[in-house]
Amino acid sequence: MDNAFIVSILIITIRAGTSLLYATLGEIFTERAGILNLGVEGIMIMGAATSFSTAYYTNNPWLGLIAAIIVCGFLGLIHAFLTITLRADQVVSGLAMTIFGTGLASFMGQRLGPRGTTLIGLQGPSFDRFPFPLLNHLPILGPSFFNQDILVYILYLLIPILWFFLYKTRPGLKLRAVGENPRASDSMGIDVAKSRYQYTILGAVLIGIAGSHLSLGYLQGWAENITGGRGWIAIALVIFATWNPLRAVLGALLFGGINAIQFRMQAAGTTIPASFLNMMPYIFTILVLVIITWWEAFRKRIGAPSALGLPYVREEKD
Amino acid sequence: MKISFEKRIERSKLSVIMVPVISFILALLSGAIILLSFGVNPLQAYTVMIRGSLGSGYALSETLVKAIPLMLTGLGVSISFRMLFWNIGAEGQLAMGGIAASFVALFLEKFLQPILVLPTMFISAILAGALWGLIPASLKAILGVNEILTTLMMNYIAILLVEYLYLGPWRDPEGYGFPGTAPFPKTAWLPRFTGRIHIGIILAILAATLIWFILNHTKRGYEIRIIGQNPRAARYTGINIGRNILIVMLLSGGLAGIAGMAEVSGIARRLCSGLTVGYGYTAIIVAWLASLNPWGILLIAFLIGGVFVGGDQIQIAMQTPAAVAQVLQGAILFFMLGGTIFSNYRVRIIRGLEKNNPGAEPHG
Repeated sequence: MDNAFIVSILIITIRAGTSLLYATLGEIFTERAGILNLGVEGIMIMGAATSFSTAYYTNNPWLGLIAAIIVCGFLGLIHAFLTITLRADQVVSGLAMTIFGTGLASFMGQRLGPRGTTLIGLQGPSFDRFPFPLLNHLPILGPSFFNQDILVYILYLLIPILWFFLYKTRPGLKLRAVGENPRASDSMGIDVAKSRYQYTILGAVLIGIAGSHLSLGYLQGWAENITGGRGWIAIALVIFATWNPLRAVLGALLFGGINAIQFRMQAAGTTIPASFLNMMPYIFTILVLVIITWWEAFRKRIGAPSALGLPYVREEKD
Repeated sequence: MKISFEKRIERSKLSVIMVPVISFILALLSGAIILLSFGVNPLQAYTVMIRGSLGSGYALSETLVKAIPLMLTGLGVSISFRMLFWNIGAEGQLAMGGIAASFVALFLEKFLQPILVLPTMFISAILAGALWGLIPASLKAILGVNEILTTLMMNYIAILLVEYLYLGPWRDPEGYGFPGTAPFPKTAWLPRFTGRIHIGIILAILAATLIWFILNHTKRGYEIRIIGQNPRAARYTGINIGRNILIVMLLSGGLAGIAGMAEVSGIARRLCSGLTVGYGYTAIIVAWLASLNPWGILLIAFLIGGVFVGGDQIQIAMQTPAAVAQVLQGAILFFMLGGTIFSNYRVRIIRGLEKNNPGAEPHG
């Protein structure tokens, strides 16, 4: 294996892993606050659709990104309102979000092209890769990790910031408390509902950026069902990461790597049918879930925030 | 001013009917706003949808055709939802049922007596759907692996497998490139009544009766309901939750498998694209709108079947994407979820003056 080969694998790994990591980080923060958002797939595809269509018509990828942030933040608000204020079932609300989001995104994709045609096949502005000054001269890491688009570089900054926030700051401590024991947090004077609203919206915004990176950075275009289950894989990665942002990085690289291998095998003209290659990420997700669940059970550790998925009502007993 | 929610001791009976009705109306209204913002005339769109799904004998029969797989998968997921086992995998279980039935119709038919073809397809479809559901069920029962994610991943795998088969080894060699298998022999066709309505409708009604009977008149059904209401209490009373998960998923997957067989053998009469169009996901909406009641599922499946057909109609008549149907389904579910609070709680608006009244806000 020569360096060029390793670099080419790493480039795809990072490009494919970026949207997964944004979404996983978003879901980690939402779940840490005790809210399970199963709408990741729907929110992510809405992020991809809004950002691509906006960028296409304004000819500016940044406006696309901002559109995705606003729309997806709003979708997060809907989930928050239903599950926090109206105490709706979090699982069903998330599923409704996925059905609604994939439907609306598909509608937009078929409708928002020039004169009411499809967005498929259009080329718009994109976040292109550029060598990061100085660091791109590093061997292997330079041409792979530091020859990426701006959203990837922002992500490099975001990872340590989010980790630091979660484990080393007061608001981070409060966030974890809300997800672990909302009643105790409430008696300590934390506004549980407000905090859950904030992190559900923040999570949805990060998921929206994930969608944006799909249609403006990684795939640079619109395709029907562009997310292809990435939202669900992100939810699986949250479990894999045991709700820790740093372990999420490992998971995203792992799944990005699967994508890279898939690409390389297809390019090399393997005899394995494409359908089976395309199954790899899904089969791998199940395997990873099985292994991590078994391992956590073996170590008798509880990774999930204790109050995850449970509504908190001050007036009622748990 | 403050809004307070007081828990009702019993679910409001009126709300069981009213919440879905009002949700449906509000969903149509918000759907209208979405359509307007994309430059589609919502009145025209809804007229086309209603006329296309209910406006004629043919329209009604097509609505019923779409309702059949929704009934079967909806009943399937409802029984797993009863015990809070989130089977999101009806789509994949349906696909596997379709594959198994097609295998029998294409490759075993010539070895079977004509009268045995359909029963063999039926049983293989049940087995295939059930076994596909059994994988995530056993992972959950034995190791506690999150079933939402595993059932979902199994969907993607099954859908890719269907595609692989009808585009690859099972493709019709005399089909001039048609993406699908050869048509099934006549012995493998599910009998039809009128239009494309096939005998699957009877199967759906039988399935609803079976589910109703199991839930209300058997020990198994009692256990399932207890697990759903209070898993902790269920465990203390010695109910084996793992075993119930396995049994429920065999049933749930089996019903979705029947839906898959009904689609390939009653509608397409071959395995081709269009088998997995999202019935398994819509089943979740159907089950939830019907409050998991088996008879309600039959009714709601018919209504949502109409939304499906209506979506296709506006695509044909107005060149407006059929995905509108899916948007509406999602919106209905949102409003329904939001409305559930009115059946579980008495909502009271307390004005500022009454804030000091201690009786206004009960403390648990």
